[in-house]
Amino acid sequence: MVTALLYGLTGLGLFALGLYALITQTHLLRKLLAINVLGGGIFLVLGGLTRRLADNLIDPVPHAMVITGIVVDIAATALGLAIVMRIHALTGHTTLPEERE
Amino acid sequence: MTRFIWHAVRLLAAFLVAGMAVGLAFTIVSLPPASPELALTVADNMTKSGVSHPVTAVLLNFRGYDTLLEMAVLLLALVGTWSLAPIQEMPPVTPVAVLDSLTRLLTPLIMLTVGYLLWAGAHAPGGAFQAGALLAALGVLLNLTGWRLPIDATQCYLRAIMAAGLIAFLLAAANGWVHGMHFFSYPHDQAHMLIQFIETFATLSIGITLFTLFLLGRTAPH
Repeated sequence: MVTALLYGLTGLGLFALGLYALITQTHLLRKLLAINVLGGGIFLVLGGLTRRLADNLIDPVPHAMVITGIVVDIAATALGLAIVMRIHALTGHTTLPEERE
Repeated sequence: MTRFIWHAVRLLAAFLVAGMAVGLAFTIVSLPPASPELALTVADNMTKSGVSHPVTAVLLNFRGYDTLLEMAVLLLALVGTWSLAPIQEMPPVTPVAVLDSLTRLLTPLIMLTVGYLLWAGAHAPGGAFQAGALLAALGVLLNLTGWRLPIDATQCYLRAIMAAGLIAFLLAAANGWVHGMHFFSYPHDQAHMLIQFIETFATLSIGITLFTLFLLGRTAPH
């Protein structure tokens, strides 16, 4: 139970850090990294909280969902990187138009 | 002045995120005890699943739809990446002798580990995703140390391998119809074989797709 809480709260901390960085950072690469940290936090919460069951019983369903999620996260990151590189190639900027000074 | 507003916005964001984190932390701490219902359902049906590791059983048997759609998402991400830009011409790299012989040593070892992870998935942590990720890592390693595939090899063979995982999955799912069952139900005596079949092709597909995503561009010029 204590382990589950530790994992859950650590994951929550990562989620909060990622969300803050996503809002405040303007460089698109940093935003993408922030989304990855945020996603890692969510996976940690989902995977860690399965340890709350009694008698060392582990619920395999959230684990399977986390594995699926991680692969989708990688694919989304790659697509995001490709979009960032395209934006840079077309405009020469690495920030969104409304965030340029 | 704009600088002042910018600091105010950051401070506001920090407060909002911190407030949300405290609320969520309170929720996590005060969660009711977990219900073991789903874990017990999985445990009760393990003998029918064809494998002995519960996570693999959930991934490829009980919740096969999720995994099927996930393979499709991988292909979609690849299509998205390819539609944005052609591949960047990779500068030729000549590795020093140590790096060169190290990659020659590591390649068969990593391939062996990929095979082990694929095989282990039936009864221990492992399976198509872990093996596929390792295969992709091998591709990235070889690419960074100067190995290049001839461009002809990337035309149709590579695309066939990318689609193989999804196709194998659909074939295994459609096998249910042949035996007068629902889509995605595996006959008991074939379940183990079908799962191995899907996992083998899924490993190849995931590995090659993730590696091609790393290249961030369409592999073959039209």
